[in-house]
Amino acid sequence: MPDLPEFRGFHTRSVHAGARPDPHTGSRAMPIHQTTSYVFEDSESAAAYFNLQEYGNTYSRIMNPTLAAFEERVANLEGGVGAVGFASGLAAQSAALFTMLEAGDHVLASSALYGGTITQFKHFLRKLSVELDFVDPDDLEAWRNGAKENTKLFFGETIGNPSGSVLDISGLASIAHDHGLPLMIDNTFGTPYLCRPLEWGADIVVHSATKFMGGHGTSLGGVVVESGEFDWSNGRFPVIAEPSPAYHGLKFHETFGTFGYLMKLRAETLRDLGAAMSPFNAFLLAQGIETLPLRMRQHVANAVKVAEFLQAQDKVETVRYAGLPDSKYAPLVEKYLPLGAGAVFCFDLPGGRDAGIKFIESLQLFSHLANVGDAKSLVIHPATTTHRQLNDEELEAAGIGAGTVRVSIGIEDSDDLIADLAYALEQI
Amino acid sequence: MDNYTEWQSPETIQQILNCKRVAVVGLSSNDLRPSNFVGYYLSRNGYEVIPVNPREDEVFGLKSYPSISDIPDPVDVVDVFRDPSAVPEIAADAVAANAKYLWLQFGVISPEGVAIAERGGIEVIMDRCIKIEHARYMGRMHWLGFNTERISAVREAL
Repeated sequence: MPDLPEFRGFHTRSVHAGARPDPHTGSRAMPIHQTTSYVFEDSESAAAYFNLQEYGNTYSRIMNPTLAAFEERVANLEGGVGAVGFASGLAAQSAALFTMLEAGDHVLASSALYGGTITQFKHFLRKLSVELDFVDPDDLEAWRNGAKENTKLFFGETIGNPSGSVLDISGLASIAHDHGLPLMIDNTFGTPYLCRPLEWGADIVVHSATKFMGGHGTSLGGVVVESGEFDWSNGRFPVIAEPSPAYHGLKFHETFGTFGYLMKLRAETLRDLGAAMSPFNAFLLAQGIETLPLRMRQHVANAVKVAEFLQAQDKVETVRYAGLPDSKYAPLVEKYLPLGAGAVFCFDLPGGRDAGIKFIESLQLFSHLANVGDAKSLVIHPATTTHRQLNDEELEAAGIGAGTVRVSIGIEDSDDLIADLAYALEQI
Repeated sequence: MDNYTEWQSPETIQQILNCKRVAVVGLSSNDLRPSNFVGYYLSRNGYEVIPVNPREDEVFGLKSYPSISDIPDPVDVVDVFRDPSAVPEIAADAVAANAKYLWLQFGVISPEGVAIAERGGIEVIMDRCIKIEHARYMGRMHWLGFNTERISAVREAL
């Protein structure tokens, strides 16, 4: 008998990964397991599940079958060994960090990050006595020289929010690995359709699945994916390699091998942080992913047309879209983002804050709100909103000026988007 | 990372998972050791586990044998949790005992042991965990968000 065919296409996996027909009922769509808890077969099974001796459902703060389908789908598309879902992108990021960090540790991060991430790192992590340094994402020597004795992690975004910088992932991964450190990438703006950081040597990928993954602006969610290839037993991570006091002395990396970090992330950090994703959100996000490649193609095609239109306007100063041919990131886009440089970017209006606000308030089709990655086109003024908590120096490092406008280009018709932008530009 | 895909064939792995009698070499009675996790999992999932460890009298209430050659009846699979230096002798014992497969767990890398087994007609899996592979193909790995890499629209029998 010939071997069964193997199905490897990205579109096929977007639709099928993680969700096989329900063996009990035959349901083809992923059932929404709206339950807090699960009946045990017997006492021995219950103990085996809690001891992690067997994979079993115990309580939906820690695992849920609908969430598992979403997690496996993301893990599959990113090429990871597994994934753990969370209530939001920032919850996922917190958990990914908590799992590996202790008081006194140091993190080296790109300075071109989402404002919420900068705030989380700078204030929340520092409250927990974790040190931070931000470095220019383009300056590989700064990364090499910035690693210290107590550094535990390099962190960056595939496409910086909102500066549009593109990270040299494999260059950074090799510096991180020279220091025995993992590289964590926020791939929210890339999505696994455009870029798969694990294939370029990154060790952990985090997502706000709220954005392009879900794709419709309906549901919050976050997810952490790991390659399973990082050596957590290299001596720098006793918090993962040594017996865990929070799990009756279990050595997660030795016991679970390639699954060690994710098992600890789920069984300890998610358990203790409590930031579980609801099964209904998991259903909506997993369904959103079914059309991820189709939507991303339209997002990217529209973004290129809109960026080219804006670049040709006298009233627009700079268009910082890495997908434009004259972008300084063009070589990195060619390498890491061959299908497109995403659909979120900034441009600057010479009139500063007043021009930015007038422009945004004149738009009729773009929605003025604090989100990105929706099927609908979105617009915001970062300096007064998403990046409001940053000081002037940080704003400059993040590439945000008073007249900077951020757009997230949706999947409408590009002619309509351009008509709306042209109308709003006429008003300033 | 070293590449041992030659000894990680999905077809061979699934053939092994359909076997019955598994000798677990280096099985510890300490329930925090990986060998204990795996042995317990296998015994709960329908396998006949035969402990092989001269330092144990019994594990999970099952008699522990000092070596593979001491096991009275044939075994299908020899699953190894030992230092790689111990593998050549274990492989030779497995050949002598007419075992069908040799399974070397994560980090148990022994080209010499592999050569001995293969010369003796035994197929080898190396640097893989039998518990994980069972969970991937027959178990509940997908319940915890792990990537089974299985794409199928076929409704499985319960």
